[in-house]
Amino acid sequence: MNYNWNWGVLFQEPYLGWLIMGVQWTFAVALAAWVIALSVGILVGVGRTLPSRPIAFLCTAYVEIFRNVPLLLQLFLWYFVMPELVPNDVGQWIKRDMPNPEYLTAVIALGLYTASRVAEQVRAGIESVGSGLTNAAFANGFSVTQTYRYVLLPISFRLIVPPMTSEFLTIFKNSSLALTIGLLELTAQSQQIAEYTFNGFEAYTAATVIYVCIALMATVVMQVVERYTRIPGYMGSK
Amino acid sequence: MIKIEKLSKWYGDFQVLIDCTTQVNAAEVVVVCGPSGSGKSTLIKCVNGLEPAQEGRITVEGMEVTGRGTDLTRLRARIGMVFQHFELYPHMTVRENLCLAQQKVLGRSRDEAVAKTEALLDRVGLSQHIDKHPGALSGGQQQRVAICRALAMDPIAMLFDEPTSALDPEMINEVLDVMVELARDGMTMMVVTHEMGFARKVADRVVFMDAGAIVEDRPTEEFFGAPDTDRAKDFLSKILNH
Repeated sequence: MNYNWNWGVLFQEPYLGWLIMGVQWTFAVALAAWVIALSVGILVGVGRTLPSRPIAFLCTAYVEIFRNVPLLLQLFLWYFVMPELVPNDVGQWIKRDMPNPEYLTAVIALGLYTASRVAEQVRAGIESVGSGLTNAAFANGFSVTQTYRYVLLPISFRLIVPPMTSEFLTIFKNSSLALTIGLLELTAQSQQIAEYTFNGFEAYTAATVIYVCIALMATVVMQVVERYTRIPGYMGSK
Repeated sequence: MIKIEKLSKWYGDFQVLIDCTTQVNAAEVVVVCGPSGSGKSTLIKCVNGLEPAQEGRITVEGMEVTGRGTDLTRLRARIGMVFQHFELYPHMTVRENLCLAQQKVLGRSRDEAVAKTEALLDRVGLSQHIDKHPGALSGGQQQRVAICRALAMDPIAMLFDEPTSALDPEMINEVLDVMVELARDGMTMMVVTHEMGFARKVADRVVFMDAGAIVEDRPTEEFFGAPDTDRAKDFLSKILNH
């Protein structure tokens, strides 16, 4: 193989700057989308467990739609189709004047998609707490709202820390799809470096190492969260 | 105080409660017994509305449990309930388990709630465990904490749903002792249990259920001395003769 290894390009300008920019965009997309995913996901997940049929139905519909359509397609739908469906003025504004359209679209698409997955974790967490404790809280005189606030949510949130860790890692990895609508996040920047320098191995290796580091960091943070919120003597916690 | 009139309940096509009528007067202890699947637990859960019934009426101190517009939350705050599997809040210390509803439901101040909590735990001999989580306690200790959690609300009546069935044999008595003491203090109690020794000792009446119906409802001595029905005789011979 006739390949000119040159790890140095990664530390040269402008390529180092591109990588750093890419990491920044990756964080910006993933963290903002995570905020949407958590808030929408918790609401929808709780909604699916409520006694009210219409609310539970709407929340189930949300999960089934957003979870079952490929994320890449959702990204395209938000970016290319949605502006054509809204009233003309709004569509024009989105296409011409909205600041950072690629970024905002990526955040919304990734956030709402991940929300459907978070919602399922939240629902599973609440259901695994069981009807016994729910009955005990009702018998204690708590309303439905109080039962969720003081008993069901605090326990189920602790139970779902491990699966939520993998959702959190996945949102970083999925953010790379944003390059398809033109956002210059980490994967896009490494692709660009490969094209400019013909050092594709180095560029993609850099991206790989950075993604792995981000994942390891996130795992460590979540392990601390897990240890801190552990319930003594409850369900497999020690 | 607790009045159950012609109560019937179905799960789909299956009738779990058939025309049940009985009552628990103030300061009275009523034991509900019968073979498993006879509807005892369902009946006691209907009393505070944890299970809805389709027909009949339950009133607690004149408040209708079965009525549509009833404020069940307010009613439940006044009736204590103890479950088979304790159902303590696992993420809170014993102190918080007892304080939470006092503060959030009854609106007591923190100081009041803590004082009440400490007094109750002292009464059942668990003061030294106040800072522990339920998971760190034995079954018998957890059930005594659960009784305290219900008592902390100053209930007008207590419901016990098989309170000793999930306990190891050597822990049953520490829980029964607390219940006996409670009965002697004049608490109104409805107790689903297989502990016939407890029933003999403190129950004023025994309600015997079979296949969803109340088959016997009689003073304790009469029930144990000469049960009316063959089903009750059969049941007693099975659980007393060993």
